[in-house]
Amino acid sequence: MNIIEVRNVTKEYSNHVALDDVSISIPKGSIFGLLGPNGAGKTSLIRIINQITGPDKGQILFDGEILNASHISRIGYLPEERGLYKKMKVGEQLLYLAQLKGLSQKQAMEKLKIWFVKFDIKTWWDKSVSDLSKGMQQKVQFVSTVLHEPDLIILDEPFSGFDPINANLIRDEILELKQKGCTIIFSTHRMETVEELCDNIALIHKSKKVLDGPKKEIKEQFKTHTYFVEYKGELDGLENTFEILDEKELESGYKRTNIHLGQNISPNELLTSLLPKVEIRSFGENIPSMSDIFMRSVNEVPEG
Amino acid sequence: MRNIFLVIKREYLVRVKKKSFLIMTLLAPLLFVGFYAVVIWVAIGSVDTKTVQVLDESGLFKKEFKDSETLKFVYLDASLDSAKARFKGSEANALVFIPKNVINEPKSVRIYAAKNVSMDLKSDIEKVIEKQIEDIKLSAAGITHQILEDSRVNVTSETISLSDEGEKTSSSGAATVIGGICAFLIYMSVFIYGTQVMRGITEEKTSRIVEVIISSVKPFDLMLGKIIGVALVGLTQFVLWIFLTAALTSATSAALSSQMPKDSPQMKQEMKKIQDGMPNRQMPGGTVENPIAEVLGAVNSLNIPLIIGCFLFYYLGGYLLYSALFGAVGAAVDNDADTQQFMLPITLPIIFSFVFAQFVLRDPDGNLAFWTSIIPFTSPIIMMVRIPFGVPAWEIALSMVLLVLGFMGTTWLAARIYRVGILMYGKKVSYKELAKWIFYK
Repeated sequence: MNIIEVRNVTKEYSNHVALDDVSISIPKGSIFGLLGPNGAGKTSLIRIINQITGPDKGQILFDGEILNASHISRIGYLPEERGLYKKMKVGEQLLYLAQLKGLSQKQAMEKLKIWFVKFDIKTWWDKSVSDLSKGMQQKVQFVSTVLHEPDLIILDEPFSGFDPINANLIRDEILELKQKGCTIIFSTHRMETVEELCDNIALIHKSKKVLDGPKKEIKEQFKTHTYFVEYKGELDGLENTFEILDEKELESGYKRTNIHLGQNISPNELLTSLLPKVEIRSFGENIPSMSDIFMRSVNEVPEG
Repeated sequence: MRNIFLVIKREYLVRVKKKSFLIMTLLAPLLFVGFYAVVIWVAIGSVDTKTVQVLDESGLFKKEFKDSETLKFVYLDASLDSAKARFKGSEANALVFIPKNVINEPKSVRIYAAKNVSMDLKSDIEKVIEKQIEDIKLSAAGITHQILEDSRVNVTSETISLSDEGEKTSSSGAATVIGGICAFLIYMSVFIYGTQVMRGITEEKTSRIVEVIISSVKPFDLMLGKIIGVALVGLTQFVLWIFLTAALTSATSAALSSQMPKDSPQMKQEMKKIQDGMPNRQMPGGTVENPIAEVLGAVNSLNIPLIIGCFLFYYLGGYLLYSALFGAVGAAVDNDADTQQFMLPITLPIIFSFVFAQFVLRDPDGNLAFWTSIIPFTSPIIMMVRIPFGVPAWEIALSMVLLVLGFMGTTWLAARIYRVGILMYGKKVSYKELAKWIFYK
């Protein structure tokens, strides 16, 4: 079951196309990474899902229904450009934002109390936002995003501006929300976050979707059938089916080599050929990192 | 609807809770009443009589300068030089020198004083001399004193407005004052509260909260909520001002009247001066028995409920029309400093209507008055100037309908610019760009 289904969405601005026939499915209960270089069209897509703007062509389904105003309260949105009313008190501001999302004042108050205890920010209630540090403001804004317990949470660069301790706190919150059944869309450039948290990804480049699917499958797809070996000794006289790509001297006398395996050859065969020749310290498959996948996909699309 | 209400509530409370709002609301009536009290206190307090020395070489004015409560005339018989020399040592406030040939050279009259002479004193003295010379010249032409006396008829006219409710004594003086005050209040509030709307929108845009808000509120609702919230702040302030001023004024005048003899000559004179200062002087200044009652009567002759009703309508209409435009400017720019280039076309009609208002006060039924009170951009100010003088019902109705259409139009226009503008950052916007936004899908 998909919570969001983007179907052939096109969005044009006066002088450029922001999204060109983009279709993406976001499964319920997953953490979904929306990737792409700056200006690729991620923000445009997020704004369309948030109903801030509408698509020119195509449609969006939310939980099986065509996206409409009743879904607004089921979405929580943390924009990349953070912002709060500077002169307003933290408590009042969060109450206001929660009420705009459809909570009654009483409900909002109860939920806020829980969060203020959880984040240990009880003393902030009567403080003006402008008196808080940037990291503290981020925390407040995160609370405002998830307070109304939305089914779908959209986080645009959620970790920017957090120190490692608070970033961990937020990461744990995100995982907890996922446990509760929330779907989370991440829009980010930070590939380590994607590596760590995301189940599914989609990559948008130059207004087009160039890649999407479960992270595991994509990694599988981008595998190059190369293995690395760290060893002592000489690697001469390997069969032709093993192609030595490079060789590097490591300190302490070890060498590291990447070897490409031909079709239908298992790593066991490679190991069998290696064992009599060299002393192996470590051996493993080169699994492409998200960063590699990102770079390769972006560079494959021709310029212009 | 729920969200628009929430926005209105926030906009209203945030502003009303500000210290500056409280200070302005309390201070303005205090300043007003304080000013009023000082004027009255000065009027009561200035009982010192001024002495004016008269050196009359022509001998024509022996009995013409009459002493009053505030002026005492002393006739001198000396040469100008010695009079001048003695004047410095005396306690006299002014020295009037009338030369021998004053009849042929009326401009040769001189007033000497240690300090500058007040306009009132100067014109009083000139009037006496003019009248006497006129008399003398007329007598010389063969018109006797008796004929002159007979020909001096004192005509005092009363302006009476003919309306369906029958004849009513009206007062153009009171109408002028009321019209002027209403126009000024609308002019000020459109500016003050219009810029508040603009600032508020720019603030939301620069603090980037707008993206969070419009993911839950429609941009149009957010804009309208802000406009209505600020309008209510304005109304609150007006109502508080009216009540506080009324309360303070009655308290002050009660305190003052206990120290002040009824119908004191000073008060009478002050009132007379105020009436004389009015552009359309219709009230016969000389025959005023009880000036305060006269003014109150004149004010009562105006259709007060109509004026208050229209004032509220035109205040709201004018404010809505202009604040939508101010809001569009706020949405189009990135910071307060960039607002200037778009402000001019909005402020010009407001300033023009305030300028036109001065002409309309003089001729409340002219062509200029008619057209400017019909066109929505000027009508909030101009119609309020005209209403105290009486305006045909169909003109008011037409002007009101057009004003409603006008603000619906500007709100529509502003909403188109607003929804694009609030998400547009880091771009210098031109008029051409704005026009494009309006026609975006």
